[in-house]
Amino acid sequence: MKVKGRKIAIEGNEAAALALKQVNPDVVAAYPITPSTEVVQKFSEYVANGEVTTEFVPVESEHSAMSACIGASAAGARVATSTASQGLALMWEMLYIASSMRLPIVMTVANRALSAPINIHGDHSDAMGARDAGWIQIFSENVQEIYDNIFQAFRIAEHPDVRLPVMVGYDGFITSHSEEILELLEDEEVKRFIGEYKPKFSLLDINNPITMGPLALFDSYFEFKVAQAYAIENSLPIIKKVGKEFGDLTGRYYDVIEKYYTDDADYIVVAMSSTCGTARVVVDELREKGEKVGLLKIRVFRPFPLEDVVDALKNAKVVGVLDRSMVPGSFAGPLYHEITSGMYHLEKRPVFQPYVYGLGGRDITTEHIKGVFEELKEIEKAGKPKGLKYIGVRE
Amino acid sequence: MKLPGWKELVETGPIIKEAGNATEYKTGDWRTFRPEIDYSKCTTCMFCWLFCPDSAVKFDGNKVYIDYDYCKGCGVCAAECPVKAITMKEEQK
Ligand code: SF4
Ligand code: SF4
Repeated sequence: MKVKGRKIAIEGNEAAALALKQVNPDVVAAYPITPSTEVVQKFSEYVANGEVTTEFVPVESEHSAMSACIGASAAGARVATSTASQGLALMWEMLYIASSMRLPIVMTVANRALSAPINIHGDHSDAMGARDAGWIQIFSENVQEIYDNIFQAFRIAEHPDVRLPVMVGYDGFITSHSEEILELLEDEEVKRFIGEYKPKFSLLDINNPITMGPLALFDSYFEFKVAQAYAIENSLPIIKKVGKEFGDLTGRYYDVIEKYYTDDADYIVVAMSSTCGTARVVVDELREKGEKVGLLKIRVFRPFPLEDVVDALKNAKVVGVLDRSMVPGSFAGPLYHEITSGMYHLEKRPVFQPYVYGLGGRDITTEHIKGVFEELKEIEKAGKPKGLKYIGVRE
Repeated sequence: MKLPGWKELVETGPIIKEAGNATEYKTGDWRTFRPEIDYSKCTTCMFCWLFCPDSAVKFDGNKVYIDYDYCKGCGVCAAECPVKAITMKEEQK
């Protein structure tokens, strides 16, 4: 049954903290970093005021934050943390341990550029740096999605067939600090939706002693990694199922991708996070003029929903892939590589044009995206792509 | 010990459910050279037992012997034996 929630105006970070408060995890270990500081700041306020019963561990670095999360999760606790940019980079080593040990930790990431030069604004370089760590990665377009994705993240992470950590990303400063209208869930609804967490294995279960993360050399490491890869691939249908259940509760349905006028589109732009909101405005405007344009939003980047993406793009003529991260030494960004190599085997496939945009918080405007659609038409005439293009860079 | 295929590991992940089974994990197959003791020379001084970095030299109360399930063939025992009772021989298939 769909419930109508109360509405409030709130910033992205605060919405993340509020969602975590409603979840009331057993343990939160975190170190604040711009632009995600407010999540930890707000949450520690909840702890201080007794609004949550969470054991809050204020650590001295992000490496320790993730280590403490891993320890707590291995002990059987429901665990969450929050970070961004250099903080996520400092966790890198521990991220692999969390996912390999199959620990369902939920982490919010206010996606931000990586140094140097120092920059505190939004892009996806941090998330893409953590791309191969075996975490499920969900990207949020706006404040409502941050809030909604966090509840779903707990359900996905803790699902007995998944048991993997989940990262919920949103664009640093763009979404983290913008105030939007948020439709709330009541505490009771949250409780019912996420349910009680019963860990399958726990180090504190003294009746069933276990060893976690033991040595596995050349004779078994490979098998463990394949098993882990299977678990994350296998989470796709579960992510979809949870997104549907959440929709049945709130009226806000979530899938791994979002198709916006792609079905009959000749020209499609693919993007993640807040840029999708900007692109949607352009698609609306051009559709009104009768142009066959569409937007494909990638909500879940890991596991990559290849089948859904292929299905959404296969009939397009030209596709522009917008990557918000820098891959020096490559000819395109990670999203482009993922999609094009995934569609290579098709006999009939669109022409793909790679773009890198918005590094370090550089604006992407409706005019830029209109320009992209114009370029996609030119590319169709030329019959081949132009090589990597940077949007909005001075020459 | 039969090693599991990946499908058996999806369920658990890297977790060992029984306690004290590390002894089942035989690590001696790293070895290229195997130490062999010439008991006609051995004085049971226990140097090899003391120096083996892998505790692969065992003492049965009477004499020392090598536990080849764990001996890595490093040669420390042979180098430390004061009467040269240990020789390193190339491992045969
Ligand atoms: S060769 Fe090395 S591992 Fe083997 S018994 Fe001698 S000292 Fe120990
Ligand atoms: S060190 Fe040599 S002499 Fe001493 S116990 Fe070992 S084999 Fe025997």
